Amino acid sequence: MIPAAFDYQKAKTVDEAIAALSGDVKILAGGHSLIPAMKLRMNRPSKLVDITGLAALKGIKEEDGEIVIGAAATHADIAYDKLIKNKISFFSEAASVIGDVQVRNHGTIGGSLAHADPAADWPALVLAADATIEVQGSSGKRRIKAADFFTGLFSTALEDKEIIVAIRIPIPPEGTKTTYQKFAQPASRFAIAGCAVVRFPDGKTNIAFTGVSENAFRDTAAENEVSGKELNDDSISKAVNAAVGNITVMGDHFASEEYRKHLAKVYLKKALDAVLV
Amino acid sequence: MSIKITVTVNGVKHTDKVEPRLLLVHYLRDVLRLTGTHVGCDTSSCGACTIHVNGKATKSCTLLAVQADRCKITTIEGMANNGDLHPLQEGFNQCHGLQCGFCTPGMIMTAADLLQHNRKPSEGEIRTALEGNFCRCTGYHNIVKSVQYAAEKMSARKTKPKKEATL
Amino acid sequence: MSTNNGKDTSSGFIGKSIKRVEDKRFTTGNGRYTDDIVLPHQTYASFVRSPYAHAKILNVDTSAAKHMSGVIKIYTGADVAAVNGVPCGWQVNFKNGDTMKEPKHPLLVADKARHVGDAVAIVIAESQEQAVDAAEAIIVDYEELPCVVDGSKAAQAGAALVHDDVPNNTCYDWALGNPIAEVDEAMSAAAHVTTLEFVNQRLVPNAIEPRCYNSSYDAITDKYILYTSTQNPHVIRLLMCAFVLGIPEHKVRVVGPDVGGAFGSKIFHYTEEALLTWCTRQIGRPIKWTATRTEAFQLDAHGRDHITKAEMGFDNDRKIVALRVKTFANLGAYLSTFGSCVPTYLHGTLLQGLYTTPKINVDVTAVFTHTTPVDAYRGAGRPEATYLLERLVDLAALEMNVDPVDLRFKNFIPPFDGVNQPGYQTQVALQYDSGNYKGVLEKGLDMLGYADLRNKQKESSKNGKLLGIGFSTYIEACGIAPSAVVGSLGARAGLFEVGQVRVQPTGKVSVYTGAHSHGQGHETTFAQVVADKLGIAMDDVEIHHGDTETVAFGMGTYGSRSLAVGGSAIVKSIDKIIEKGKKIAAHKLEANADDIEFASGKFTVKGTDKSVSFGDVALTAYVPHVYPKDLEPGLDFSSFYDPTNFTYPFGCHIAVVEVDKQTGKVELKRFVAVDDVGNVVNPMIVEGQIHGGVVQGIGQALFEGAEYDNNGQLTNASYMDYCMPRADDFPMFETGTQVTPCPHNPLGVKGAGEAGAIGSTPAVVNAVIDALWSGGHKVKDIRMPLTSERVWRAMKN
Repeated sequence: MIPAAFDYQKAKTVDEAIAALSGDVKILAGGHSLIPAMKLRMNRPSKLVDITGLAALKGIKEEDGEIVIGAAATHADIAYDKLIKNKISFFSEAASVIGDVQVRNHGTIGGSLAHADPAADWPALVLAADATIEVQGSSGKRRIKAADFFTGLFSTALEDKEIIVAIRIPIPPEGTKTTYQKFAQPASRFAIAGCAVVRFPDGKTNIAFTGVSENAFRDTAAENEVSGKELNDDSISKAVNAAVGNITVMGDHFASEEYRKHLAKVYLKKALDAVLV
Repeated sequence: MSIKITVTVNGVKHTDKVEPRLLLVHYLRDVLRLTGTHVGCDTSSCGACTIHVNGKATKSCTLLAVQADRCKITTIEGMANNGDLHPLQEGFNQCHGLQCGFCTPGMIMTAADLLQHNRKPSEGEIRTALEGNFCRCTGYHNIVKSVQYAAEKMSARKTKPKKEATL
Repeated sequence: MSTNNGKDTSSGFIGKSIKRVEDKRFTTGNGRYTDDIVLPHQTYASFVRSPYAHAKILNVDTSAAKHMSGVIKIYTGADVAAVNGVPCGWQVNFKNGDTMKEPKHPLLVADKARHVGDAVAIVIAESQEQAVDAAEAIIVDYEELPCVVDGSKAAQAGAALVHDDVPNNTCYDWALGNPIAEVDEAMSAAAHVTTLEFVNQRLVPNAIEPRCYNSSYDAITDKYILYTSTQNPHVIRLLMCAFVLGIPEHKVRVVGPDVGGAFGSKIFHYTEEALLTWCTRQIGRPIKWTATRTEAFQLDAHGRDHITKAEMGFDNDRKIVALRVKTFANLGAYLSTFGSCVPTYLHGTLLQGLYTTPKINVDVTAVFTHTTPVDAYRGAGRPEATYLLERLVDLAALEMNVDPVDLRFKNFIPPFDGVNQPGYQTQVALQYDSGNYKGVLEKGLDMLGYADLRNKQKESSKNGKLLGIGFSTYIEACGIAPSAVVGSLGARAGLFEVGQVRVQPTGKVSVYTGAHSHGQGHETTFAQVVADKLGIAMDDVEIHHGDTETVAFGMGTYGSRSLAVGGSAIVKSIDKIIEKGKKIAAHKLEANADDIEFASGKFTVKGTDKSVSFGDVALTAYVPHVYPKDLEPGLDFSSFYDPTNFTYPFGCHIAVVEVDKQTGKVELKRFVAVDDVGNVVNPMIVEGQIHGGVVQGIGQALFEGAEYDNNGQLTNASYMDYCMPRADDFPMFETGTQVTPCPHNPLGVKGAGEAGAIGSTPAVVNAVIDALWSGGHKVKDIRMPLTSERVWRAMKN
């Protein structure tokens, strides 16, 4: 399998990468979605701009009450990071169930978010975490709330000449509980239903799903049944009933719409049970 | 267009001009003629092409050769040390962890990555670590035993898990 | 000749888990697979393939492509219209005696594409990249036509025709067993009839090495060399030379170097092998083609694909009184090399199973559809037969509320060794060689701790899981096979094997076998046999295979036949060497040849300590200064071994599963396999074969299946959608063996390559059904693979 011919530019700065973007030029980050698609010639950019070497996009740090994950951080970087394990442990959990070891060693969080595969894991996480996606274009940086970022199947709020530079996650207060529960498609190991939940000490509860619909989403109807309320069998069951209400659910040969919706509810219950203990 | 790259493969430095679309696995197989690394699929799934890039298990079918510029690469051909087989190579023989041998190089490279991070992996940890490597012959049972054999042997030697350079 | 009563008199290597001699090259990256070979002046091929399942080809425009950089030549269907298609090696007749329909399988299609991936054009270029780019630039005008993909619908009136000259898409109809009227009568009289309608789904073999060919032609010597990822180089040479290209066999060398797994899919003579060989003659340069995984999904002959109705009748005592089977077998768009015999002589003949069923009738309609051709895949027909029988038996036990173990014990054929007791004549044409069927089930139950597990089952539902236990007691026909028998059944070739043993002057031994190793470890196992029989070191034996230039002839490796047939041929040659060696030794020792014994590498005069070593005899054979009169020099014998019967391995597989009540997800908790494959030369290798087969069988039960949509598109033709079994899907397996030697071959071996894939599938499905019944869900069948959703639905309805 050989991709169609293309030009290649290794960017030395973020600005250089942005300047190179035009037409069908694509950013090359981990490349673990892009390169297979190019080999199958489903995707044939005229040029790739490689941003993997950019120091500005790397690293995981704490800054102004937020965890800042560089867009080029790999899933493995995140899975093994101590700061993340201590402060937002569900990011570690999720990172360690993405793809396989080799994919995690190269695939990046920024690449995954920009690709916006409906079954990718990260979208549920950034939504539940109330993260912001920091992007940079020719006119500078801007921040997009995760809730505004995913706009449809493989589509995001990124403008044509913008790239993701970082993901900023507010550090939740002590006592916050987080979880990510995933039912994986057995062949690809992408999510058929992935549910991320953040339960704050004050009872506020964020619930996000991936794999279920054309894009990841926050389930406010389910949240309303548990947010600020006591978590018990009754409230959990109400949230489960309310979940995936007015959502168009995807279906394929591994999971019909009906079954996928059922799984989303089962995995919401697992997730709520996990933050209850 | 073609681009000059310099890569260190199994300790030997190579400089070549390559097309951007040349996949790393084809660079290794066709340009350097290191044919121990195999291609089994189109979708980064099967793991037959697994090598180490800067010490990390990598599917070389999903990296461009140009991306490997200035990287240190270890392939299956670089695992034995002056004729002494790596404990994993020995383990796969001792425990019958291979049949047709096609997946074996990738299997060994992924297992070597695991043993760098986890000196005494459990059966479950080994199985999880190998989820990105398909074997159609062995049913995985003896591959798990081969990795356990190597882990024990490496622990017994009381050497620290080796980093990429010596793998 | 060694004994065949299970106690081999030769000490040494047979029966030991010797580590494999081939491993060093594979673990160090020094294997040599076909794609590793690059020849001087190498060129590369890429194909234009139909994106439609059924389409008229209106025009193929190569004008842009042929001027592209690096392009050497492009051929289309019109260029090879006069060349024969690839042949089928087994003739099956219609019930009325008519010959099966054999439409041409052309090297490139000119008129119509008949399945997705059918080849329309080949591009040959200086580099792989250039070939692929140019293939993409060829413009084909297609007129899409209606198609049929479902084997049970292809023969119906109004179904789209795959071949205009094959009415009702029917390749043949066929029946075997007792007259249907007798079976109907027995069924009507039965006290209980268990009926099962099911699909034995289509599988994609998925050897991890994609098929690869590299064909070259030398005009000076008029010789061809084809490197091919094959299980049987001589068969490929014969078919390609004699039936397709009409080129002289002695001018063609076919080499099957290291092959990265095959599982049946590399038996067949594929169009690309012949086409590349035809093309290399035209352009005079070597041409290499390596399938992509997408091509492997679309082109490597698939396996299974039966749609079946099966009924099993029981009397009041729960003895099986009748079995009636109607199957539609989907052959795909063309007849593959052995496609015709798989649903008939490798399936119908196995429907006696391990049971004393007195009346059996099987009826098979084999049809063409607009899908990838279907042929032998690990087990080939025998998994379909075993699945059918073993599902029926476990389901009948549930329906009649009896223990599936008791039901089996009641119906097993009693033990027989084939020596003191005769073989068992089945109702479906075979005579089993030897068997102790209750023995393997008893051993399996011991290993399992059956009673405890049944108690646990009652408790399991409390934690959201349903525990299930499933059984499968299988038999297979291996060691394919006696030429006269298969010939009478329609095989167009003999199925003997060739083994040459060449003792070198220094006593080192070179062995040439027609069997081909692509994971089976022949270089080790066969060397064990030779070293053991000759009383020499294993290092002194080298096994050669896979090259028509060095091996006299061979039928290759499939049907678990290599040791039973190929090993026996080697043993025959060893016997000849020992016999001649005795004459040489007798001369040296001044004794009578009848008084010479051979053991432990020494020729000894009976009752004396006068002896001469094997090495001395070898040297004397080549330096025959002091030598018997009228005896030829040299010590080199070749033998053709044609067995007198199939071999019949059997066993018991037991699966323990947990079903998640909320999601339907099945988790395999334990798997117990007790296999009786006759005598065992290398237990480690046999166990490895069982493990691998078991995982392929469980793959069918839980994970794998080709999914076609109504347009004939294979919708899961990649590893992102076709679920391959992985390391984290399984527990460690629990394996045991029983030894009932084969009475009719010199090693007493039966074959182990396919057993795992045959026995395991129904055990797992039975376990899931058992789990569901324990939870009150009395379902008869869940379509394989048992995806979480299908199991969830079964519990829901």
